[in-house]
Amino acid sequence: MIRWISGIVGLGIVAVLAWSLLWSVVGVVTDPPAPTAEHYVRAQHPLLSAELPSEGVLGKFDLRQVQRGFQVYKEVCSACHSIRLVSFRDLKQIGYDDGQVKAIAAAWQIEQPSVNPDTGEVATRKNLPSDHFPLVFANDVAARAANNNAVPPDFSLMTKARHEGPDYVYSLVGHGYVNQPADLLAKFPDAKTPKGLYYNQYFANLNIAMPPPLKSDGQVQYLDGTKPTVDQMAKDVAAFLTWTAEPNLDTRHGAGLAALGFLLVFCFLAYGAYQNVWRNMKH
Amino acid sequence: MAKPAASVYQIATSRGDGEVQGSGRSVRHLRKDPPAEAITVDTEDKGREMATLDHAVPPGEDPAPYLEGEDDPRRRDFINIAAVAWAGVGGAIVVLPLINQMSPSADVLAQSTTEVDLSKIEAGQGVVTSFRKQPLFVRHLTPKEIEEANAVQLSELRDPQTLAERTKPGKANWLITLGVCTHLGCIPLGIHEGENRGQFGGYFCPCHGSQYDTAARIRKGPAPKNLAVPPYTFSSDTTVTVG
Amino acid sequence: MSFPWAKHYEPKFAVTKWVDERLPLPRLVYNAVGAGYPVPRNLNYFWNFGVLAGAALAVQIVTGIVLAMHYAANGGVAFDSVEHIMRDVNGGWFLRYAHANGASMFFIVVYTHIFRGLYYGSYKAPREMVWLLGVVIFLLMMATAFMGYVLPWGQMSFWGAQVITGFFSAIPIVGDTIRVWLLGGYAPDDAALNRFFSLHYLLPFVIAGVIVLHICALHIPGSNNPTGVDVKGEQDTVPFHPYYTAKDGFGLGIFLVVFAVLIFFAPNYLGHPDNYIPANPLSTPAHIVPEWYFWPFYAILRAFTSDFILPAKLWGVLAMFGSIVLLFFLPWLDSSPVRSTNFRPVYRTFFWILVADVLVLGYCGGSPAEPLYVIISQVAAAYYFAHFLVILPIVSRMERPRPLPTSITEAVLAKHGGTSPTKTAVSGSVLAAE
Repeated sequence: MIRWISGIVGLGIVAVLAWSLLWSVVGVVTDPPAPTAEHYVRAQHPLLSAELPSEGVLGKFDLRQVQRGFQVYKEVCSACHSIRLVSFRDLKQIGYDDGQVKAIAAAWQIEQPSVNPDTGEVATRKNLPSDHFPLVFANDVAARAANNNAVPPDFSLMTKARHEGPDYVYSLVGHGYVNQPADLLAKFPDAKTPKGLYYNQYFANLNIAMPPPLKSDGQVQYLDGTKPTVDQMAKDVAAFLTWTAEPNLDTRHGAGLAALGFLLVFCFLAYGAYQNVWRNMKH
Repeated sequence: MAKPAASVYQIATSRGDGEVQGSGRSVRHLRKDPPAEAITVDTEDKGREMATLDHAVPPGEDPAPYLEGEDDPRRRDFINIAAVAWAGVGGAIVVLPLINQMSPSADVLAQSTTEVDLSKIEAGQGVVTSFRKQPLFVRHLTPKEIEEANAVQLSELRDPQTLAERTKPGKANWLITLGVCTHLGCIPLGIHEGENRGQFGGYFCPCHGSQYDTAARIRKGPAPKNLAVPPYTFSSDTTVTVG
Repeated sequence: MSFPWAKHYEPKFAVTKWVDERLPLPRLVYNAVGAGYPVPRNLNYFWNFGVLAGAALAVQIVTGIVLAMHYAANGGVAFDSVEHIMRDVNGGWFLRYAHANGASMFFIVVYTHIFRGLYYGSYKAPREMVWLLGVVIFLLMMATAFMGYVLPWGQMSFWGAQVITGFFSAIPIVGDTIRVWLLGGYAPDDAALNRFFSLHYLLPFVIAGVIVLHICALHIPGSNNPTGVDVKGEQDTVPFHPYYTAKDGFGLGIFLVVFAVLIFFAPNYLGHPDNYIPANPLSTPAHIVPEWYFWPFYAILRAFTSDFILPAKLWGVLAMFGSIVLLFFLPWLDSSPVRSTNFRPVYRTFFWILVADVLVLGYCGGSPAEPLYVIISQVAAAYYFAHFLVILPIVSRMERPRPLPTSITEAVLAKHGGTSPTKTAVSGSVLAAE
């Protein structure tokens, strides 16, 4: 009895699926899926590797590079992009001391929202190390108004919020802004970059609202004397953003090695105990 | 041991007697299983921690080698004990982050500082502000209050401290303490105008009657210690940075 | 337990005797996982996965309770509270990654456990109840995991909640009312987030309770074994402790190694980057996908693209739930008197096709809904339903199984070449013989 019911139900479902399958195939045949402009560009231009020392299973930050990246962020990006989940005191992790952190915080261009102690009105005050980096714009509406109707995203988690984040940031900022290629326009005339946007071959839909942030070599003068080429600055800011997204990366890798070592020894011991317990029992 | 004939198979839906359950259709085979070999297994636990069945004679085996003599059970169990001990260590290590996560997080520990503007506080007055989410008493002492504080013998004090020890050099007229009674944590009275200052002219805690003097030292009542003085510095003559 | 040769609990210490006389917990433990529970001696490593599932649940409960001390379930602060855990709470990154990857480990282990049951016929009489309770546990796990994923309030959290609760609106007439009732609003918002947090905290304890029933039901007939042949006598079994406590200890070690590799070296590999973007109700992600353990069901949902009397969306929802509900009927769909697929050569082919089919469905579920993947999903989904509802009932009735061993011991001895005297034992030589 149950066989009959299950058989009918089963064949019914298969029939419905066959119906959907039929129409899917018809759809594919009559209107074959065409590659999009994005697919076309992505295939031709895979992401470039930022070659960051933090990549890989045993990666570690190069603190000098992260500091250079912070400098690039501060001088180029922080005008529009916040890193609101990072606190000034976190900079101690990348090698700045208490005094430097205090100075960086106090000198930060954007002040912390506060209340006037006498009148109670909305005011601002200088940043303290315990503060988070303040927002650049009060809200999304203000952000759009100041930026060509686009909201500059917060950078705290940027390298975790995109596939292959560090390489994505490096490629986009360091090598993404090129002239829109003629063959792309010929194949996909709709992909022509609208006025007010910029063509970037690594951006998801190829047309980004942000003008090229790193326009020329030497835009930032590195304190450690490293040559500030666009490529270098892009790598360094990618390293900095990798740190803002994962400040605990070094600790995590170190703890991981210790844990794996411990567990592998445990596996050997446990296997030995298992063999010992079962030694006389055929199984 | 004789194997049953190859084409015969057994219905394995119940324990050993070959009946089919539940399906109601005719049974295809019903040959009784050959009697299982009767083997006595010595399962006596000799009181050792691990019942490793050292004396068990696996079925089908010639019992002779088993009865000959034994390897030292203590040496055999060593690996078992080592494995369990290593696991125990691992368990203890894992517990540490579970306990440690309850300790104050980095943002709480981050030195939060409070700036206090002293310019508006007259002699004999005090203000209450907040420091690390607790009340902070900032009092501008009068010369009379300073004199009274210095006149007290240290031997009289439950928690001996001079006024100088509780203030900054040259700024003995500024008394900055937490506004938290050291008995059970109430907020003492006396910082605002008109509040009860107790008989020593300092602070009076209404909860259980602790009384503090002009240097906020405990003089009477159940509190064990003087009102706590947090770390602070004069960033200018009229501003103090606490913490 | 129904085995007459099972050892009886004898308290060895005065304390345990005192407790046992007043509350028979020591004997309960002894009879459940101690030396008082006889287990077939021939279990292979696929039998480790039940205990591993219990361990995974314990990990989730412990890390979850600890995370709940720092998490704030309100739309404006939920995302930031998770980042607070990652950055400022002592060891917070470890707890968060352990909990997120622990969910994946839980599903890996449970899927293996389920496929073990399918292969060795563990769902057949007299263990039907064990299987039914297991399917209930699986459903509860899916609900718990779904609600847990919403809590960080990232883009995938929000839009996943939007999609899943959207299923209910496919129900005719009352669908949208139910959806709004579930959410406490018209879209996922604070009301939904708070209730998901409450239920996410509750359900694991319900799962724990059902697991107790699941093990109770198992311990009536005792465990199945790779031959599918019943236990005939004492020589077929070994006491659970120390034989399987030792084996499970080793299995746990391997589990923890895999777990550690995920947590410490690839913590975001099984996740989706979009969930690191705060939820934005006004911006849909390019591809909404659930976590990998839901992908096969997601593929089944999306396979129904054409209306057929009922709207396609409703078919998708019914089929998706149906793909799990049909598991409840499995003991009655499979009428073969033989348990273990080792002895069912015809069915065995279909079993492995099913495994491949589920993997294909999973791959399609995680891919964008492009025509190629949709077509593959449609074929794969058709096989899935055909397998359980059409093929299995027919094959189980008609196939001629291979001859079964008469007993477990016979199978074990046959494997080791009969009656050769014992290799007194250095473990290595026993291993070498295998």
